Formats: sequence, C-alpha cells, structure tokens
Amino acid sequence: MCDHCGCSTPSKPHTHAHTHAHDHAHGHDHGHGHHHHHHDHDEERRTIELHQSLMAKNDRLAEQNRGYFKGRGTLALNIVSSPGSGKTAILEATLRDLKNEFKMATIVGDLATDNDAARLRASGAPSIQITTGTVCHLDAHMIQHALEDLGRAPLDLLFIENVGNLVCPAGFDLGEDLRVVVTSVTEGEDKPQKYPSIFQNADVVLVNKIDIAEAVGFDRARAMEFIRNAAPGAIILEVSARSGAGLTAWYDLLRARLKAETGAAH
Amino acid sequence: MHEFGIAESLLETALATAARAEAAKVEQINLRIGALSGVVEEALTFAFEALSEDTPAQGARLVIEPVPVTCYCEKCLTTFTPPRGSYRCPACQTPSRTVKSGRELQLISIEVS
Repeated sequence: MCDHCGCSTPSKPHTHAHTHAHDHAHGHDHGHGHHHHHHDHDEERRTIELHQSLMAKNDRLAEQNRGYFKGRGTLALNIVSSPGSGKTAILEATLRDLKNEFKMATIVGDLATDNDAARLRASGAPSIQITTGTVCHLDAHMIQHALEDLGRAPLDLLFIENVGNLVCPAGFDLGEDLRVVVTSVTEGEDKPQKYPSIFQNADVVLVNKIDIAEAVGFDRARAMEFIRNAAPGAIILEVSARSGAGLTAWYDLLRARLKAETGAAH
Repeated sequence: MHEFGIAESLLETALATAARAEAAKVEQINLRIGALSGVVEEALTFAFEALSEDTPAQGARLVIEPVPVTCYCEKCLTTFTPPRGSYRCPACQTPSRTVKSGRELQLISIEVS
C-alpha cells in the first residue's frame, strides 16, 4: 500500500496488492449469491443517506499537497490547455530564462509518451513524467507519487503540466497555488465559451503565439471579452514562447506570487 | 473519460455502504451533478454499468439531479444564473468569481435491499 493514501498502486514492488484485488472479486461473488437469495424481500428496500462529495478523496489529497508545498515554500502551478497550445514551449522558455534565479521542477502528464518531459529535462531542471494511459487528467494522488519521485531537494517553482484537455482536468484540484490556462491565437476566440468550467477558476490565462496573431486573423478584442467573461479575476497575459514577447510579465508574476507565498525576498 | 474514475469511486462507496448495512443489493443511487462539474450523465451511467457487472450494484439505477450554475454578485448582493460562458451579473455586468452551485458531484443516498 502507498504510504499517503492507502492506495494499491505503490511506487515500490507490491505483490500483496494483487492478492487484495482478488479477495475483492471473491467478495463480489458472495454478494451476487445473496442477491438471489433475497430476491423476494423487495419490501425491505431502504434508503441510506450519505451526502458526500465524490471528489472528497481527491480534495483531501489535494489539501495534503497544498500543505506540503506551503511547508516547503514552493509555488505550485497547474498548467492546463488544449493539445498544441504551447504549454511545453512556455515551460521550456521559463526554465531556460529563470534558471539562475529559481530552483524549478516540472511534473508532466501525458497520455502515452514522455516527449514533453524529455524536452523539459533538456533545461537541466528535474522533470517527472506521469504517463496516464487512457486517463485524461492528472489527479492529486498521481501528484503525490510524483512528489515522492522528485525527492526533497529545495524547490521554488513547481510547474505541473496537465494532460492536454480542457474538460477533464477542471474538476481535479491538485493542491496547486495557481491554475494557469494556456490558450493560443490559432484556437479561435471562443474557447472560453466552449469550456467555461476550466476558465471559471483560472488565476492566470496565457494567450500564446501572440506573434502570429495578425497572420491568423485573431480578433483580439473579441477574445479578451470572452476570456474576461469566462475567467473573472484572472490575470490575462499575451505571450509568445517562440519570440519571447510578453514573457517578462509572466516572469514578474511568478516572482511576485512566489514572494507573496513564501514571504521571502527572492 | 474521467467519468470512469468517478464511477469507480461511486461504486466503491456504494458497495461499502451496502456491505455495512448488510444489504444484498444496491437498487438505486441518487446523485446531484452540477453543470460545471464536467461530468456527462450518459458517460457516467455507461461506466457505472460496465464496472458494476457481477457486483451487488449490478443493475442499480443512477438517478441524477442536475444542478444549474448560480453565481453571487457582491455588488448587487444577489444570486443569479449566468448564461453559458459568462459569469457577469445581468444587473450590473460585474464578473462574479463566486460560484455558489454548479460544481457539485454529490452522492446523496443509496437505496438498498
């Protein structure tokens, strides 16, 4: 079993976890037998009140992560976007440009490959890959295991690159301090209208590829209106990971938030 | 398909609750699901049916009460239902950050026999 949460997917070898699963299956067979036995007792139907959140487990683990980050003076960012909007490119630029200023690491969620983690590792910062298989989002539990792999070296900024998907990651708190939504000028202006759930509680919206905005006919005013409607309170920054435009503002925001988080003079 | 993981935790809770109540079968599961939760009812039902096969919850009905999105406007001190994709108060146009309902993924009760 895993130390934190009692899960059966530990990071260490785990033969007994399988046995446990088998026991469960056996239990189910039992239940099935009972079901036939009691079939004529339909009047015994009764309601058991529960009133609990189905996200309770994730939320609890997310709070643990939040406490872990706080205790270590780490600013954790959950970076979400649709595939291809440039999350990895923005992180590459950030890791390169702030290398001498902060201790940084990344946790990267990807369905199948570790291409993104390999790209980020080239910067010299540690990068933990979470291959999610068919799972379309990261959850707080996966982050706990990645944090174990990351070890206990001091860390200022932790970038968690979520799976490219604007739907599923919305419901899963990872314990992050800031949720950053990356969108790009090639995606059309109405993404916030189509995916209101992920924009609603965004702290920062990065509009990437701003260097080619004109060439692709990006309607800036319309896009900003949509983002402001869907992401009230979010700081909106226009950036280009490729040209470097706007990245200074992004770095200033990271500096300010880290300072606010730790109270330390960075 | 994050509905699969949610269905898994739903099934786990339902079976544990039924076992504690010494019930043989889970007949019905009552849920409240918010419009902002990102959960699609059909996908959740499908995943639950697949996962609950050969368990005491096989054939259980999922009854889902949808919860609309409501926001609170701190300026007007009112609660309002925003149109999709915007969280502006219809009265004063101020964007609201306070979602009062719509993110629910709640297991209300289970019915067993």
